[in-house]
Amino acid sequence: MQRIVSVLSAMFAISAGIFVLLGYFVPVEPLPQLRGLLIDWAVIIASMAVLVGIFNLIAVQMEKIRTRQKGSSYGALLVVALILTFGFGLLFGPDASVMKFAVEAVIIPVEATLMAILAVTLIYASIRLLRRRVDMMSVIFLIVAVVFLLALMPTPIGPIPGDWLIIQFVGMFSRGGARGLLIGIALGTLLTGLRVLFGADRPYGGN
Amino acid sequence: MINWVGLGLLGLAAILLLVFSFVRRKTPAVLRRIEAYERLNRAVGLAVENGTRLHISLGRGNLFTARGGSALAGLALLRRIAERTSVSDRPPLATSGDATLAILSQDTLLSGYRAAGAEEQYRFSTGRLTGLAPFSYAAGTMPIARDENVSASVVMGDLGAESALIAESADREGTSLIAASDDLSAQAIFYASAQDPLIGEELFAGGAYTGAGAIHEASLNVQDVLRWLIILGVLAGSALKLVGIL
Repeated sequence: MQRIVSVLSAMFAISAGIFVLLGYFVPVEPLPQLRGLLIDWAVIIASMAVLVGIFNLIAVQMEKIRTRQKGSSYGALLVVALILTFGFGLLFGPDASVMKFAVEAVIIPVEATLMAILAVTLIYASIRLLRRRVDMMSVIFLIVAVVFLLALMPTPIGPIPGDWLIIQFVGMFSRGGARGLLIGIALGTLLTGLRVLFGADRPYGGN
Repeated sequence: MINWVGLGLLGLAAILLLVFSFVRRKTPAVLRRIEAYERLNRAVGLAVENGTRLHISLGRGNLFTARGGSALAGLALLRRIAERTSVSDRPPLATSGDATLAILSQDTLLSGYRAAGAEEQYRFSTGRLTGLAPFSYAAGTMPIARDENVSASVVMGDLGAESALIAESADREGTSLIAASDDLSAQAIFYASAQDPLIGEELFAGGAYTGAGAIHEASLNVQDVLRWLIILGVLAGSALKLVGIL
């Protein structure tokens, strides 16, 4: 039985993938219409997946609390806050003042704090880079980062002399490098997608 | 209008993948050394021996966008890791910042255990959604390195600047970090934070380097062929532009 389910799920996933792909490249009816329909279904399923994911989040935290693991008090706080926010959202709607208050008083300050920590973390990681790995590429990486920062950031004396030259010259190499990396990633994505279409990789289970 | 270029590239890639898969079944590829994947293979063995966990962070790659490719690559690697650590007392933990990805990670872990004949090892709590926004995902993922007896963290997928917080937490706990992302800012962060960073398309080589099969090795061969074709195309385009034809 499990084998049949596995084969059927692979068949559905592969055929849906092929139709969506053909709908993209061959805009001849009924392929684009079919593509739209399949994507609409996928969006509906994905929105249900968010609820399943949140249930998973609560279940994991509840298990932490039940078994008194490290950080279970944070887990309790998370579950209570989540239930309260969800409840208020259902009762008053997402545009209610209480929901805006939750966003403005909790979410934005917390994210801003994490952003500030992130800035410090990045500086710290850059300082430690040469301690971790001393090679030519690391030195170039650091020099380029510092030179770019100097050219782009506001200074008390205004723009540094020759900033446009730095941005043009160093930017030429970094733009080229970035495009090279993105082409590599695009090729990797293409091949990963093909493996899924061929049924070699089945992230939906069954192999 | 039919996109013949896209369709042609797709068809060529598909044919090459089939041909190389057939070839690689008979003669396995000789892969260049990538230190990060060697470290990963060692970490898998060590985790089983030490009774520690591996933490695989799959990022926030939404499968409806082009970013889904890196998430799928992370899932392929998770599948291999689940299979190889099925004998361990502490199963690997997979965290994601996207609900669909979290469900797929649970499914992937289950199929990995099933393939290893250890289905009873599977726990739903080993595939977790830790947050839906970038920073909530990072905040939910950071304590895992400290609380779950993790010996190595594998961060593989679509992440942005928040990856610095995850890398920092792994570093603070002294866990080995193997990290790759399809995002350029995350790649720069991992270059500064990880011992052996994975750059660009190395993200997609995880399956081939962990023995996931001939088709994964064939994928690398096809990527190489296509890359050369693109290089030749760029050079030809530049030359034509130079002589004023384009």
